[in-house]
Amino acid sequence: MMGSGDGSDNLHHRWSHLRKILERPGPFCHPDFEASPETLNFLMNSCKILVIGAGGLGCELLKDLAYMGFRNIHVIDMDTIELSNLNRQFLFRHKDIGKSKAEVAANFINTRIQGCHVVPHFSKIQDFDESFYRQFHIVVCGLDSIVARRWINGMIISLLNYENGVLDTCSIIPIIDGGTEGFKGNVRVILPGMTACIDCTLDLFPPQITYPLCTIANTPRLPEHCIEYVKVIQWPKENPWSVPIDGDDPQHISWIYEKSSERAAQFSIPGVTYRLVQGVVKNIIPAVASTNAVVAAACATEAFKLATSCCLPLNNYMVFNDLEGVYTYAYEAERKEDCLACSQVPQKIEFKADCKLEELIAHLCESAQFRMRSPGITTQTGGHSRTLYMSTVASIEQQTRGNLRRTLQELGLSDGDQLLVADPTSPNTVVLQLKLLNSTT
Amino acid sequence: MSSPAPKSPEQSEKNKKYDRQLRLWGDHGQAALESAHVCLINANGLGTEILKSLILPGIGAFTIVDGEKVTEEDIGCNFFLDHDSVGKSRAQATIQLLLELNPDVRGDYVDESVEQVLENNPDFFNNFSVVISTQISERVIIRLSKKLWELEIPFIACQSYGFIGYARIQVQEHTVIETHPDNEVPDLRLDKPFPSLKELIDSIDISKMELKDHAHVPYVVILYKCLQQWQQENEGQIPKTYREKESLRKLIRAEILNNDDGIPHDEENFEEAIKAVNTLAPTNIPSHVREILDDESCINLTSKSKPFWIMAKALREFVENEGAGALPLRGTLPDMTADTERYIHLQQVYHSQAAKDAEVMFRRVQQLLREINQSPDSITEKDVKLFCKHTSTMHLVRGSCIADDYDNKIFAQKLAPHLEDPESALVYAVLLRGVDRFRIAHGTYPGEYDDQVEPDIVKLKSCVSKLLNEWSCGPLAKDDYVHEICRYGGGELHSISAFVGGCIAQETIKFITSQYKPIHNTFIYDGITSNTASFTL
Repeated sequence: MMGSGDGSDNLHHRWSHLRKILERPGPFCHPDFEASPETLNFLMNSCKILVIGAGGLGCELLKDLAYMGFRNIHVIDMDTIELSNLNRQFLFRHKDIGKSKAEVAANFINTRIQGCHVVPHFSKIQDFDESFYRQFHIVVCGLDSIVARRWINGMIISLLNYENGVLDTCSIIPIIDGGTEGFKGNVRVILPGMTACIDCTLDLFPPQITYPLCTIANTPRLPEHCIEYVKVIQWPKENPWSVPIDGDDPQHISWIYEKSSERAAQFSIPGVTYRLVQGVVKNIIPAVASTNAVVAAACATEAFKLATSCCLPLNNYMVFNDLEGVYTYAYEAERKEDCLACSQVPQKIEFKADCKLEELIAHLCESAQFRMRSPGITTQTGGHSRTLYMSTVASIEQQTRGNLRRTLQELGLSDGDQLLVADPTSPNTVVLQLKLLNSTT
Repeated sequence: MSSPAPKSPEQSEKNKKYDRQLRLWGDHGQAALESAHVCLINANGLGTEILKSLILPGIGAFTIVDGEKVTEEDIGCNFFLDHDSVGKSRAQATIQLLLELNPDVRGDYVDESVEQVLENNPDFFNNFSVVISTQISERVIIRLSKKLWELEIPFIACQSYGFIGYARIQVQEHTVIETHPDNEVPDLRLDKPFPSLKELIDSIDISKMELKDHAHVPYVVILYKCLQQWQQENEGQIPKTYREKESLRKLIRAEILNNDDGIPHDEENFEEAIKAVNTLAPTNIPSHVREILDDESCINLTSKSKPFWIMAKALREFVENEGAGALPLRGTLPDMTADTERYIHLQQVYHSQAAKDAEVMFRRVQQLLREINQSPDSITEKDVKLFCKHTSTMHLVRGSCIADDYDNKIFAQKLAPHLEDPESALVYAVLLRGVDRFRIAHGTYPGEYDDQVEPDIVKLKSCVSKLLNEWSCGPLAKDDYVHEICRYGGGELHSISAFVGGCIAQETIKFITSQYKPIHNTFIYDGITSNTASFTL
């Protein structure tokens, strides 16, 4: 049940803070801003906002958005609540461990804040299609995964309409993206098709720390090297429980802790601790309540600006760090002219004819331009498509594995062929035009 | 299927719950947090947001001082109230919902105004770790700040006002051993090698090595040897200019082995040595450390001296004696391309020298404790080891009393240089002072009532002009700020409070854990432009 203006509740002064901002003109307002009660009415009764992630940022976002006047909120999260979430994910209690984050968070907000209607989705973002995402005015992301960020970025970009090559601005759904790590964070506002998108700035994400296999195996120096050795080499060999490693199983962590301690002792490497083992195995990113509060709040402020036009939104990237005082820096991240996701420029890829398919795949994973995870490649020749390699379906993987060692020439590819690449980093197939170079050049 | 029986340490429930933050401030930081007691004055939206980010990580206890009753406006910006709270004591209503956040935390409240508390119970504030206030008036803030200054309790006065966030931090003295710098330059002593390092490196002959060994010599060894050679030609100096550094790099490059075709091999360790030339700096005492060593509190210890100053005095003596002008060795070696044996050997050499230095330091600390009649247990060997590891990055803050900001002469001097920049965010601090004056004169916030916005703009402008005049500052460059502040009408936007709340909670944790550098001493958040700024007043 939605009322008008101040909602269905009887507290007439409840929203007077927001009213002052929205019903009075101000010198720093967006040029399009018109002070009027209609703005709050729109915010409360028409505006639909999607929050992706109900974790550290997500919990904060739901609360912040609800108090900034948003009432129609959807939240997606596929995870369940764990004990280690409770130091910051404040909508969850000990009794909630094991339950859906999205559902518990939505229920908490709906109970505490009368008139607010949060709809939870205990699912993956990939479970929804374009018609679902199209219903929202704004999307706010509180994610810890680059792959998921890129996927949602690709999805929202695919909703853009171009007429004769001109972007229909009505089809833009702004994305606000927050991220945290320890005492550092960032906030960005993306107007897809107009400002830098996630894929435009892939180089802003630090590459994951990986240890070369030869160091792990032959010249370990750090406790991390010993832990990686047990994880990557010893576990598959000895497999104590005949299952893959489960980072949440204390028995598994204990086993890795013991084995890596033994290996460290053998090389006189100090510093293997239970906590470090857990951190390396689960790739744990430190997190604290305060940073999540700050970053989510900045995201909510931007959502409020976009929905009400009361000020110009952040243009378009802000970094935050409160290790030494409080430091922020806002700047304009630039669009990449040939961005894989948002540029509308046909993507070209150059390879020598005697290059093996596995080298091409390695390039798609490693180059700063693509940073893919597990690309599946098909090609279209003579009207029918042919899968060259796909790792995600076991039977197809087996059938196509042999192609990895074959050269592009041996696979019958020729200059100008199109490669259709499917990867978890995008909901859409990426079309690459192959420029095949003569092997002697 | 037989499963191996693990003998490793079981993680406690608490360790698991706090795991993600223990990786930041460690078990000792957590212990400090759990024994702290924070006082919040006024549990508005900002106040409870601050407490939220202290209760979640497990602060020991908190006390709310708030004489207000919950209003309808409160319900619109404070998560720790619900519909039924209207009319109840705000202290009581918020504490109930706050305590649900974490069963490890204790909380109590006083439903009186801070004025009443100061009047009726002058000792009330004596035992808090940090006191935080939101939205308190000029008269109270002067009294409270003087009191807390005398008690040497850190005090954070903050506000959330429309799109603006503000905090002024008062601390007489605050010392930090663990500042957690982002990029720490390694402490390698290549220009002043200690004997065991010199002996180890001198025993390594790179020139006779095969490629495999050659490519696995730690870069520290390479850099040391090439630096020695360079110094012989340059009167024992350390390369400072670009040209000098380039000539050292050239020496290193010349050591890279060539293949049969005379093309240099890819030797990563040599590349690392070349890179490290940039950060090569003479081993000396950084100026901020020198200031600490020359501080009155360091030179003249008393029976009341704090552990930090006793260790600083020991450090001063160490530098003058065993250290021969250098700080105790940090004893950590960054990771580098190397084979295990050489790397570990080198690591052990650094580590054992650091342990020796720490031992000397500990003996000096013990001696000093005896001299000033303090218990020998008051500083443990562990404390000294931690101190020695961080001597080059430790930090001292000497703050100023907020009451001084209300002394026109003192404040004018502090403010004037900042206000020369017409775009300075500090203008909002001036306007918030104007709002204070406005409230004293008119009893409301400027623009609190819809039909008074226009007349209030004129009145606020006059309040601000008077203040600027008292501080002998020129008038504001434009009236826009006055208009904007009146637009807010004293309103609190939740997302602005949540932003400032997170920042202030972290500042509080900095004081409690004595880790990380705090804001010194005034902070402004401008939510309109999404910028923050800090000033020293």
